[in-house]
Amino acid sequence: MRGRTFGVVVIGMVLAGVLFTRLGANQYYYFAAYVILQYVVLATAWNILGGYTGYVNFGTAAFFALGAYTSVVLIKGFAAPLPVLLAAGAAVAGLLGLGIGYLTLRLRGVFFSIATLALAVVLQTMVINWDYVGGARGISVVRPGRLPFFGSYVEFLFAVMLLLAIFAIAVAWWIETSRIGRGLAAIRDNEEAAECMGVPTLRLKLIATTVSGSLMGVAGAPFPYYVTFVEPSSAFNLDYAVNSLAMPMIGGTTTWVGPVIGAILLGTTQQVATVTISSALNLLIVGIILVAFVILAPDGILGLVQRLKGGARA
Amino acid sequence: MVSLDLLANAVVAGILLGGFYAAVSLGVSIAFGLLDVVNIAHPVFVILGSYAVYVTNTAFGLDPIVAGIVFTPVFYLIGVVVYRIYYVSFEKKGQESLRGLVFFFGVLFIVEVGLTLKYGVDYRLVEAQYIGESLRFGPVGIALRLLVPCVVAVLLTLVLYLYLAKTFVGRAIKAVSQDSLALRLMGADPVKVKDVAFGIAIATASLAGALLIMIGPVEPSMNREYIGRVFAVAVLGGMGSIGGTFLAAVIIGVAESLTSTFFGPSWAVAVSFGVLLLALAVRPAGLFGS
Repeated sequence: MRGRTFGVVVIGMVLAGVLFTRLGANQYYYFAAYVILQYVVLATAWNILGGYTGYVNFGTAAFFALGAYTSVVLIKGFAAPLPVLLAAGAAVAGLLGLGIGYLTLRLRGVFFSIATLALAVVLQTMVINWDYVGGARGISVVRPGRLPFFGSYVEFLFAVMLLLAIFAIAVAWWIETSRIGRGLAAIRDNEEAAECMGVPTLRLKLIATTVSGSLMGVAGAPFPYYVTFVEPSSAFNLDYAVNSLAMPMIGGTTTWVGPVIGAILLGTTQQVATVTISSALNLLIVGIILVAFVILAPDGILGLVQRLKGGARA
Repeated sequence: MVSLDLLANAVVAGILLGGFYAAVSLGVSIAFGLLDVVNIAHPVFVILGSYAVYVTNTAFGLDPIVAGIVFTPVFYLIGVVVYRIYYVSFEKKGQESLRGLVFFFGVLFIVEVGLTLKYGVDYRLVEAQYIGESLRFGPVGIALRLLVPCVVAVLLTLVLYLYLAKTFVGRAIKAVSQDSLALRLMGADPVKVKDVAFGIAIATASLAGALLIMIGPVEPSMNREYIGRVFAVAVLGGMGSIGGTFLAAVIIGVAESLTSTFFGPSWAVAVSFGVLLLALAVRPAGLFGS
């Protein structure tokens, strides 16, 4: 049943994407759609750890920026092609997730959360002090030349991010339906009981942290080509941390559909609000919506829908 | 000999800075260490305190420390309200781990963005006669803008220590962290005790904010670099021990001061994070915990 929903969503996304490029839309729409899809990846990645296991990662910006800066190094040093950038971003950010997870996940979950919060500050400090990647001033990146099939490089990046979003959703779906997903859910419900039943809790948590981190890194890998000027304050923006956590919370955290709904809703709203209102006010609104949802609708939109249907689970 | 002078100056500055860190961290030690409430929004309340002091200082020329004390009742009330919302929405339902954390993160974000909207990202500072002055003892110079906050922080630490050790409510706060059921059997309501304790924790943020804006200019997003620091201090200090918090804060202050003297100020932020990770990996009970 879930498999069918998954198939429908994937086919729908591909069709919508193809239709989008065929419409010959204004370039701005590609920029906006790229950001929304990027949030689909980030929110889905966050949810693999946060939603399935109940461990809160506040450091999305750190993993994202790590992916972005890995790309900067590879572009500057080796003129590496995009597939290499994606793979490298995933690998480096995944390793970071594994390392942080290994140090803190053996303790109470809050320590992991605090460590991820501090992690973003420290990584940003390191980048600011690293002249090779531009330091605090930032660095400009030259996009490769024109590509066949695509009208512009932004269109190409849009297609790449669409594929990444589908890939991220597929990973989340696969984890959810596999033994790993059931183990993670057991950890979320009662970690001690899970441990007693022989669930390898630490190993599962580390898998979730690594997968989640590397997907965030992948989302950041094409970022230098997207902005063409990378600076620490934009790559480490707190917006990433807030949004990637608010989107699953608003959509619903227990399944892969929740983050996608949250990302598309909140992402689109923000794109519209940034143009029509101001970007600072729009962030304030995100914060208020987040707190309101956490207090009033803890199961997100999916939970609300279920409650309206009078479903079996409250 | 120059480097020895430099070392002495760095150590003294670090001790003074550490005293100030204690003032910022005491609220976290109480909330996180004693009440088990992971208030990651504490530093943003400190920044809020700084802005309250800034506003009264520029409008009425009120002394920063007096202003910080004047605002403590307001912050106490904010703390009680925040804790009530937290208790009713999360703690009561046993959902504090995931949603409670997200709640505080949302609070942090709202306050930070709210301050940015109102006052912008410009650095703000306060004026008082003694802020520019400094004392000299041979080669070691002590800036009053560091000394005064440290002295106030020591006093704050002493007051809190005595309050928790000697008064009835103070002992009840300590008891609630150990066995809230026993407290209930003794006829005290744990939730009310926690109300008071969390109120006090946030009230310290007002005074700490006054100290923060005395030490240097303040800007809304600064709270983030304090999150790692205050939790490093709280963990290293043994979670809820007031004396331990002060010592841990001084240790981190000295470590940061030495780092920024010998490696450059931009690296100092990484120190507390390193200490935090190290403490978590090696000795999560902290230096002074059991």
